[in-house]
Amino acid sequence: MTRAREARAGLLRRKLSDNLLAYAFMAAGLACFALFSWYPLVKGVILSFQQDNFVVPPYWVGLDNYRALFADPLFYTAWKNTLFFTALALVFGYVLPFFIAVLLNEFRHFSGYFRVLVYLPVMLPPIVSVLLWRYFYDPGNGLFNSILRGVGLPESQWTQSSDTAMISLVLISTWANLGGATLIYLAALQNIPGELYEAAELDGASIWQRLRHVTFPQMRFIMLVLLLLQIIATMQVFIEPYALTGTSNPDTVTVLVLVYRYAFTVNNDFGLAAAMSVLLFVVLGAFSAIYLRLTRSAD
Amino acid sequence: MTLTAPPKVPVDGAPGVPVASKRRRRTAASGPASRTLISVVDLRRHRTLYFVVLGLTLLVFTLVFLFPLYWMVSGAVKSPAEFARSTPTLIPESFHPGTYVTAWNNMQIAKYFTNTVFYAFGGWIISLLVDVGVAYALSKLKPIFGKIVLGGMLASLMLPPTALLVPAYLTVADLPLVHINLLNTPWALWLPAAANAFNVYVLKRFFDQIPNDLLDAAAIDGAGKLRQLWSIVLPLSRPVLGVVSIFIIVALWKDFLWPLVVLQDPDNQTLSVALARLANTSQVPPTEFMAGLAIASLPMIVVFLIFQRSIIGGLGSGSLKG
Repeated sequence: MTRAREARAGLLRRKLSDNLLAYAFMAAGLACFALFSWYPLVKGVILSFQQDNFVVPPYWVGLDNYRALFADPLFYTAWKNTLFFTALALVFGYVLPFFIAVLLNEFRHFSGYFRVLVYLPVMLPPIVSVLLWRYFYDPGNGLFNSILRGVGLPESQWTQSSDTAMISLVLISTWANLGGATLIYLAALQNIPGELYEAAELDGASIWQRLRHVTFPQMRFIMLVLLLLQIIATMQVFIEPYALTGTSNPDTVTVLVLVYRYAFTVNNDFGLAAAMSVLLFVVLGAFSAIYLRLTRSAD
Repeated sequence: MTLTAPPKVPVDGAPGVPVASKRRRRTAASGPASRTLISVVDLRRHRTLYFVVLGLTLLVFTLVFLFPLYWMVSGAVKSPAEFARSTPTLIPESFHPGTYVTAWNNMQIAKYFTNTVFYAFGGWIISLLVDVGVAYALSKLKPIFGKIVLGGMLASLMLPPTALLVPAYLTVADLPLVHINLLNTPWALWLPAAANAFNVYVLKRFFDQIPNDLLDAAAIDGAGKLRQLWSIVLPLSRPVLGVVSIFIIVALWKDFLWPLVVLQDPDNQTLSVALARLANTSQVPPTEFMAGLAIASLPMIVVFLIFQRSIIGGLGSGSLKG
């Protein structure tokens, strides 16, 4: 009787010490996640209902920040620009890599070279690519206008004209990022069983029909996943407008640029910036949730 | 803006998986290709067409992806007058490799480069220590509420980091409870970088494949939990530790928005942030600036060329299960 109780007590003690040890191993990680992930999430929401500017201690203002946002014409411009950027970036950065991958997958030579080539820009620090392209876009003696002049085409103002500014941002962003999507597509293409193509060919399917009825259906899942990831990534566009057109240019102000402006350039209005962030979070969170749902259920 | 596709770490090469399978997979991918959209027979029949398309693609891709880099590296050695010419020269007529030295000294690239190296390596060590600890505890010690902890960490993958920019900045400026200001210190980069659910998840999944029998055997020989981690788990996990290390260092080197807001003191800035500031504020000659850009890219290009197999394989292997 007493021995059994002692044994149970011993087991309990061991379990307790094992758990303590486990939490000791996790302590630093838990602290980091608590401080820089979980707490800021809560703080962000609270902040969006407060006035906080480093000058006076934060105080509650109810919905004032959101009202101020909706009253700011830049708010609508920022969302419009961000959606425009996202849409354009999908046309280039989502569709193009698919066809590049299909093309590269057919080559029997230089396949390693092509992979390194398309991924090289992804490895560069993003600000380097953007600042480099700033020279290319220079309306005076920039590389692009020199080339256009050389072949006798009309020159462009690139980032300096409101007609072409956004497209210029999309171009550099696509150049810098399409390698990732291309390589993911390539890997997925290599997982398509060759027999499917054999069978389709025996049935007399042309190349286009094989692409349409074999490749597409086999790639549907990965294309959906990449679509979501691409939307999430491009809606957070910041570096391109920041470094190419500035944070106060209404032609290219995006949601994140506006957050940055509110919080760090104009007058440290953290509450207003937090309200904008909450809205961005709600939109992106929806896409993230779908993404995680999809990939988890496939696990 | 980066594609946030969580890079996938190849989980082959795990303990218990014979190395041969890894090698076989590799040759299967690059060796005699399996059947694709167009059959080998068709490719043979239209040999000329194939080589024309291949040649054109080679030309266009090299121009599009490599030429900008060539232009950057070669632009730096031109004389400022040649650089500013309205018809650019393909091959530099003037050759001033000294521009790189000037940029290194005059633009204080040396300082920012050292800063960035320090941030990247410090962040690497801290992230590994923190994330390995969490992953090991969750995988092998299985504490109560472990599932909830993992869930809470994975949930943070849903948070776009930029949406937390402002509250995270205010947190770093005044840590709750202890009221320490980390702005303009390396910790402002290191600690948030360690809170990386993706790394924890990848490490945990790898640790999960290590047979518990190995650890039990060590325990019978008197090895404590820390000893088991150090002498058994970590040596077996070298491949995954390598890949996670690359991702941590590359991410820290490329990061822009976060260092931009938490390191506003010019003395502490990273190379990326300093370049962005110099591009707008100072009278740096464009050739020196090109040299600065080239210097900032060099470490990443070197890392890529050395570890391209891990990096490309990590992106591509299998699906995108985060």
